[in-house]
Amino acid sequence: MLVLIGVLLVIVGFAIRLNPLVVVTVAGIVTALLGGLNPVQILDAFGTGFASSRSVTIFLAVLPVIGIIEYFGLQEQAKRLIAKLSRLTAGRVLLGYLVVRQLTAAVGLNSIGGHAQTVRPLVYPMAEGAALRRYGTVPEKIKEKIKGHSAAADNVGVFFGEDVFVAVGSILLITTFVDTTYHLHLEPLQLAIWAIPTAICALLIHGFRLLRLDRKLDKEIREIEAADALQTVNAGGNA
Amino acid sequence: MINVEAVYWLIGILFLAWAFLIGRDANHPKRWGSASFWGLLGLCFFYGTWVQAGKAPGWVLGIAILVLVVLASAGPLGDGKAKSSTPVQREAFAAKFGNKLFIPALTLPVVTVLVVLLAPVLVIGGTPIVDPKNTTLVALGIGAVAAVVVALLILRPKKVLTPVFESRRILESIGWAALLPQMLSTLGILFTKAGVGTAVGTLAAGMLPKGSLLAAVVVYCVGMFIFTVLMGNGFAAFPIMTAAIGWPVLVLGFHGNPAIVFAIGMLAGFCGTLCTPMAANFNLVPSALLEMKNKYGVIQAQLGTAFPLLGANIALMYFLAF
Repeated sequence: MLVLIGVLLVIVGFAIRLNPLVVVTVAGIVTALLGGLNPVQILDAFGTGFASSRSVTIFLAVLPVIGIIEYFGLQEQAKRLIAKLSRLTAGRVLLGYLVVRQLTAAVGLNSIGGHAQTVRPLVYPMAEGAALRRYGTVPEKIKEKIKGHSAAADNVGVFFGEDVFVAVGSILLITTFVDTTYHLHLEPLQLAIWAIPTAICALLIHGFRLLRLDRKLDKEIREIEAADALQTVNAGGNA
Repeated sequence: MINVEAVYWLIGILFLAWAFLIGRDANHPKRWGSASFWGLLGLCFFYGTWVQAGKAPGWVLGIAILVLVVLASAGPLGDGKAKSSTPVQREAFAAKFGNKLFIPALTLPVVTVLVVLLAPVLVIGGTPIVDPKNTTLVALGIGAVAAVVVALLILRPKKVLTPVFESRRILESIGWAALLPQMLSTLGILFTKAGVGTAVGTLAAGMLPKGSLLAAVVVYCVGMFIFTVLMGNGFAAFPIMTAAIGWPVLVLGFHGNPAIVFAIGMLAGFCGTLCTPMAANFNLVPSALLEMKNKYGVIQAQLGTAFPLLGANIALMYFLAF
């Protein structure tokens, strides 16, 4: 049970908002010490861990193309395009992306989107463009909310779409683990089929929240406008 | 054959180029610290090739990683806020190029997916062109290069290196968060080695009341959820929770359909991924990438989906698997 101190360190560290890099490094060192590793072995673990996990940093390879098209106004163009489509709202843009992301992931086209590839250059500017058309201005607080939901739509779409595809890592992990440990013969297809009910629930729950997002944003905009108006009145009174 | 190491080297070269640009930028408030951080990170990407192959000692890389953590957290690393086109210029460019701007953005996924789909038939003299073990990663690298070429041809910037200058701006806005996913992955390995998994599994099994199917389903799903929150992904959680509850109690004890129990159990873990900063590449890197003030804004947007969906998974498992 002593090894759980590492977990505790992570929880406390994140909770009091220390730099996550420091939290993770310290928790790693403490856990390794409790696990009986010597200093060289600990350094070795950090080195080999880094070397074998370079794939999670591969998204940086797409920054050059995103950088140049942003320089030439991609985000602005995405906003202009959306501004012409008057029926689109931030919530509906994101709902559309959620559906596309989930369906493409379900047929194995996981790599078609992502936070660097599609969310920053396309999805967020479109959602913000739709909000801009609806409200005239988009205050910082609303921007933050739209950003959070843009990334969330991508995550929910991929997580609960990819498992419907047979050749995805998590499905293969399940079959390899249970087939070797418990001598079962599960086909990846059986698991993929039983991921469909959850996929539908995810679409319904998150889709419903995205449609409600527009009403929430409407309300927040009214509150911000009311607060601004009050401030103007007060400022007038002082003058 | 193009293997995944080639893509890592491409990223290593980019890091060195970004470090060079920062070192040349006299207006950068944290010029040398930042250049050292990104440059050293780039070297780690090259050196990692030999560590991965077992041809170089890992502890050397371990020291470098700890130096990176110190540089990133003790102040030497900063954002130089490199200049880009002004909002007015961008509007003018957008008016000039119009929807052509989407072509490079779409080249990236289209080429990536094409390479993934065609990989099995792209064979020269019996050797596949794309490493079959890491098709998606290699395809993404090829897609990224193709998209830059297409962007240069369509937009014809004055400087060919514009993509490198502009990506440095985005990289610096991401900052130390770029290193975090790999550190968390290492932490996951250390947790597993030290037996954190077994400890949590024992705790969960100890909380289980005997004879109640609903309670067993709830403990399995909620256990997957909590364990995933702690470890950052469902992959580490699955074998432990399944050995503690999924197999002995749900499948053997209550005769559940194993395919349904395991498929939905894993998805209950995915609900946990939506809630945890430990899954940095999904939850913290995007908030850095979108330049959000609130680092936890993405997680906050996801909580309202994660909890109802966890409930849905419990209900689905209870009604479908038994």
